Parts: sequence; structure tokens; C-alpha cells
Amino acid sequence: MAFASIFVPNFMVQAVVRAEPALRERALALIDGNPPLCSVVAIDEKAARAGIECGMTKTNAAQFPGVEMRPRSRPQEKTAHAALLDAGWSVSPKIEDTAEDAIALDLSGLDHLFHSEEEIAAHLVQRSSGCGLLPNVAVASNIETALLAARGFTGITVIPPGKETQYLSILPVGVLPLSGETAETLSRWGVHTCGAFADLPILQISERLGQEGVHLHALARGAESRSLNVAEQESSFEEEMELDDAVEELDPLSFLLGRLLDQLCARLTARSLAAASIRVRFELQPAFENALDPRKEPALHKRLPATYETRIELPIPVRDSKMLLKLLRLRLQSNPPAAPVQKMALVAESARPRAMQGGLFLPSFPEPDKLELTIARIANVVGEGNVGSPSLADTHCPDGFRMQRFRIPFDVGKPGDGGGSSFRRERRNDFFKAAAGFRAFRPPVPASMELHEHRPQRVIFQGMRGRVLAASGPWRTSGDWWRENPWQQEEWDLEIDFRSLASRDSSAGCQTVRGIYRFYYDALRQSWFVRGIYD
Amino acid sequence: MNSKAAALRFEVESVLASRHASPFQYHDRRAVETIAAGIPSIDDLTGGLPRGSLTEIHGPPCSGKTSFLISTLVSRTAASEVCALVDARDAFDPRLAETAGVRLNQLAWVRCRNADQALRATDLLIQGGGFGLIALDLSDIPPHLVRSVPLPVWFRFRRAVEYTPTILLLLDQESNAKSCASLVLRLRMEETNWSQTSENMEEDALPPHPPGLLLDGWKSCAEMIRASARQPESFPISANFRSDGADLEIQTIWNDLAISEGALRKR
Repeated sequence: MAFASIFVPNFMVQAVVRAEPALRERALALIDGNPPLCSVVAIDEKAARAGIECGMTKTNAAQFPGVEMRPRSRPQEKTAHAALLDAGWSVSPKIEDTAEDAIALDLSGLDHLFHSEEEIAAHLVQRSSGCGLLPNVAVASNIETALLAARGFTGITVIPPGKETQYLSILPVGVLPLSGETAETLSRWGVHTCGAFADLPILQISERLGQEGVHLHALARGAESRSLNVAEQESSFEEEMELDDAVEELDPLSFLLGRLLDQLCARLTARSLAAASIRVRFELQPAFENALDPRKEPALHKRLPATYETRIELPIPVRDSKMLLKLLRLRLQSNPPAAPVQKMALVAESARPRAMQGGLFLPSFPEPDKLELTIARIANVVGEGNVGSPSLADTHCPDGFRMQRFRIPFDVGKPGDGGGSSFRRERRNDFFKAAAGFRAFRPPVPASMELHEHRPQRVIFQGMRGRVLAASGPWRTSGDWWRENPWQQEEWDLEIDFRSLASRDSSAGCQTVRGIYRFYYDALRQSWFVRGIYD
Repeated sequence: MNSKAAALRFEVESVLASRHASPFQYHDRRAVETIAAGIPSIDDLTGGLPRGSLTEIHGPPCSGKTSFLISTLVSRTAASEVCALVDARDAFDPRLAETAGVRLNQLAWVRCRNADQALRATDLLIQGGGFGLIALDLSDIPPHLVRSVPLPVWFRFRRAVEYTPTILLLLDQESNAKSCASLVLRLRMEETNWSQTSENMEEDALPPHPPGLLLDGWKSCAEMIRASARQPESFPISANFRSDGADLEIQTIWNDLAISEGALRKR
């Protein structure tokens, strides 16, 4: 049985650099604390070479040229830790969440997938790099040795069984979990390496340092073994970013969202999952600061919302960050936040990616991810709710339908039954009868009706006067009397010969149009309307 | 002059003989696949709706354009294709379409308010791709507004669907796509069909608009104005021609509520 450990050195710095990859090439110092007592809490190698030290005040550190200063970001440390866990779960289902900057993995059973432990370690490094982290990876026969080796050695370390003491001997005692008092004691004794500490007699260690010393002695020899505390797998993925200056424009906001989506999708890919929905949460700039902005009009000084939330449901789980960014942009264009954004968070609900089996002889249909983009773009043109597939409501009310989101039906591609409906096409003597089409007027057009013996004779609507040539009706319908909007109508199918009232010029002649219309009398409003025309 | 031209032609054909059998004979670059519109008389007349092309159906109100559209949607959704309808004036009746046999869950309906929204939505749908049929319904847009759409728009639509399996169907009151359309049909209403449920009365004794009158439907005539996608064996590829047209019998659909007792007795 073998165990691996992934350790992220200088975790606070790597968490910030993960969000801004360009900082990896620069000297970076992290500042923390309440002003004016801000001090440097973490630095990278380049900043250390420039002369910056941890504990230095912000003012002193700012005097060093070419050093980037960033505030320590706990939200980004949280997401970096989540990314570390995802990198571990991408290889083994049994991992231990040991520390914020370190995890341990059980490698049992992985010899069927990987040829060697070196290959496993290289794969772990690759997965972690994909999530934006540069770790040390160590493999050993027990957990504690692997954890110590990952902390102490840079890069990939594989410790053969039985060689734990030999490998750990050169590491400084600082890699051991020493209390302050024990560290001071060991320093006074002149014990600086794990090997020197392991050479000390165990009985004397026990007398002078107690059980803690015995435990540390076993760790230094690589002889301490324990079982793994398996962590539960997370099903939601979250990425956060806090901005120094609030962002108002869509383009820079999109750039930052794109970065978060890249990280999110990398984590999903590492776990072989995809996003079924994306929830976006913005913390907006407080209204008080907006009020001081001279560019804002006084009318906007009213109370603005503190947060902005929106959710994008996806027809099938996707992990294409570019496509998700396009959908987010379209949503923000149609529904922008009310104030500049100070902090943003993206939460993806994960699901198994769905594989769709195509066929050589099946009709083509739109790709689901492209279709989602197309629908979103069309919604921006015609309005949300005006694009989709109609779904009939369980009512006899005219226009009783609702719009639902258009999705590729699961059974598309299967042989149809020629249309499952109650209408039966008649075919007599090779003379085919098509179903009559009807064009609705939405909203119905008001009309005036002249009746003779309760039957329509003449109609006027939309500037046209017509003579009724034939009439079928009345067809009385009513319903929803138990609801707030009941309806009671009397419908007529009328063949009308129109003459336009607008063309009164006798020299031009009047245009006559003939058509079959459906009129109805609304008994509740006591008015005539035109529902539509047969075409 | 003619001898010189003939000699030149012979020389060119000789040079290209190894690479091209008949360089001066027009060859269709691609075989055009046509599919049934769902109305046999129309399909016999036109050979079907061509894929990867623009088809225009025009005619005045009540000529049968919407009936044609419904039949085509029934045919395409029954073949398990995904269709899109860009409705410039939000006139589509989903209840009647579903009764006629359209599978509504395979239909993307875009409800627009004007021609501009309709054209932009059509452009997006064509770019998205994958639809078996995209119908652009401009029937209720005033003809003078549709006439103001520049011809390059129709040309661009046609080029966008070329080499795709998508049928682009345009419905309007007048012909606007001109030569951009591979198939142009003109519809007009011929006569309406009403039936009388009162069997005992003579027709000429009936009062005007007697009760019990039922709208059975109407008869339309479809005239093929242009067809450039016919099979090369029977017609030249880009010839314009007129035919006597085809009769299109359109029948109204009654739901249970609308059937009167008299009509039931008649049936």
C-alpha cells in the first residue's frame, strides 16, 4: 500500500497568483492586517531576493521597486484549497484534507491505471497545474512520511519502502509539527535535521519531551503510521474574486469572469464532471459611494441593491468556459447589475457529462451548447419569454398555451408516427386535404358589427368595412368562471368582402379584399373582436 | 466567324479532354435533395422543397400560405427534424398546429414584433445551424416594408443555408426574394366551401347566412413561378417557367367544442 501527498508551498502567494497568472513572473508581496498596521505576511522568491521580508510594514515594502503588492485573499485561499482537493479526487477517491496547503491520497488500486508511482506523482502535478497550483508531490509507504517529504523536498519524491529514515534524515526539523517550546529545545540541543533527531535515544526523548517527543521521533524516522481520514467529495464548485476597485463596464467584468470560469472548468474537468447550472453572485458597490460620484444623477441616489444574483440553467452539462462566458455576457447585457461590482462569485452545480450518440441515418439537429447560445442571443433581440417551444395548457381558453424553454427532445431521431394527433388526413381520389391554417391577431382587434336578426351582416375594423358573405356560428364557449379571469365568448367564422375605407379616392378605385375571419363577441366586455384570419 | 469559333472550341476541348469531358456543358455542382412538403399536389408540381435553399411562398391573405406552412411543419417534425418558426407578427396558433399534427416540442417559435427582429432572429438561427426547417413568416408585415428589405439580405440568407440540410422557407404577400429563391410559389384562394347541416331545405330557399352553416375549408391554387432545383434530367437548372399550377384543398379542423349537432348528424 502506498500513499501520496500534495503540498502547495507558499500557499497564500499561490492562491493569489492562481487568480492572476501574470503575477507569477513578478516579485509579489502579500499584505494583511488592519490599516495602519498592515504588514507583509507572505512573499515569493523574487520578492525575497529583492530584500523584502515577512513582517515588514507596508510602507517599508512599498519602497522596493518592481514589487507587486496585493492584499491577502482568504476567499481565493478557500477556492485554491478546493482546487487542490479536486486535483486529488481526479486521481484517487480516497483523500484526506490534512491542511489548507496539503492533502494525502491513498494510492491503492491505482496500479491498474498507472505503471509506476512516479507516473502517479507526475499525473498529480499535472492535474494540480491545470488547476493553477504548483505543488510538491511525495509518495511513501505511510501517510506521515509522504506528508513530511512533500513539505521538505521540491518537485516529485518517491521513497521506496524501508528507506523512509534515510530519505527524511536530511530534512530540517522544521518540517516536523513542533510546538514552540520543543522547537526551542531542539535548537538549544543543536538538533537541526530529522536524521540528527532520529539518532537520539528514544528513552531520553521520552523523559525530556514526553509523548510529543516520542511521536516526533517516530515521524522523523518515518515509522509513524496511521489510517487515512477520508474526506467527502464536494458536489458544488465555487470560485470567488474580490476586486480592489469596483468594475462597472461589461468588458473588464467579462475578462474577470472568464478567468473564474477557466478555473471552474479546469476543476470540473479534473473531476470528470460538467456544469449543469451556473449561479452568479455579485456584491455591488454600496450606494453611499455611488452618491458621492459626481457622474451619477441625483435621481440615482435612491437605495440600490447590495447584491446581484442570476442563474443560468444549461440544457446539458457543459464545461466549455468560452461558451459559458458568452452565455453570461448575454445575460448581463440583457439584465445588467445596478451598481459597480466589488466582489464576484461563481457557483457551478456539477453533473455527469452527457454523451449523445449520433447516427449516420438520423436527421441532424442543433448542437445543444450552440443552441443554448443561439436561444440566448435571440432572447436578447426579441425578449426573454418570446422564444421557446409552445406548450398547450389544459384549458379550452383561446390562446391557452405557455412558452417553455426550447430543448432538443430526447426522442428526436426516432421514427415518428406521422404526427400523433386527432386530425386524420383524408385522401380521396388522390386529392389531398391539408389542415387549414389560422393566423391569430394578438391582441385581438376591436371591431364593430352590424347584426340583422342576430346574424352578422356588416363589419368594420382596422379602417375596413366589409360585407358578410357567409357566416358560421354562433359557437359559444366559456370557462374559468372560478378564477379571476373568466371568459365567455360567442365565435363566428365569417367570409367577408372588404372594401378599404382609406381608399375613398374614386379615381383610384376601391380595393376589395376577400377573406375568412374569426370574430367573437365578448359577453363580459360586451364588445366584438377579431381573433384572426384563416390562411 | 462561326468557323473560327468552332475551331477555337474544338481546340479547347482537345486540350482539356484529359481533364474534363465536356468543358462547355454546364454541370450541376451538387445534387439538390428535395423533401416532401406534405401536400402531394404541391410535391408533384415542385418536386419537393429543396434543402440548402431559399423557398418563397407568397400570396394575399387567405391564400393558404399558413396552411402550407402547417403541412410542412407536420411533415418535418414527423421526420424527427427540429424546426424553427420566426413569426414576425406573433400570429402562429399552436393549438391548431398541434391538432394538425405538428410536434410542438420540436418547434422553436420566435415571437417577434416587427420585420427587423424577425430578420435578425433568422440570421441567428441560420448561423446556429442544425435545423431541418427555418420558416420566416412575414405574411402580416405590410408589403411596402418587406419590399424595403435589401436584396443582399435574401442573398446572404441563401448563401448561409447553402451546403446545409436546412430548408429556409419565406412567407410573404409579394415576391421579394427574386432570384435568391430556388423555388417560388404563388398561392391564391379560389373558392370557399361551406356546408349546410339542414338537409330538408333547398339551397336557394335558405335565408342569407342561415344557422347551421359550417366552414368546411377552401380551395387554393398554387402556381410555380420559379424552380431552379428540379432534377437536371427533366428541367434546366436555372430556368424560370410557369405551370398551370396545382389545386390545394384546405380543410378546416374542428375540435370537439365547435362541432354542432347538425354537423355530427351529417358526418
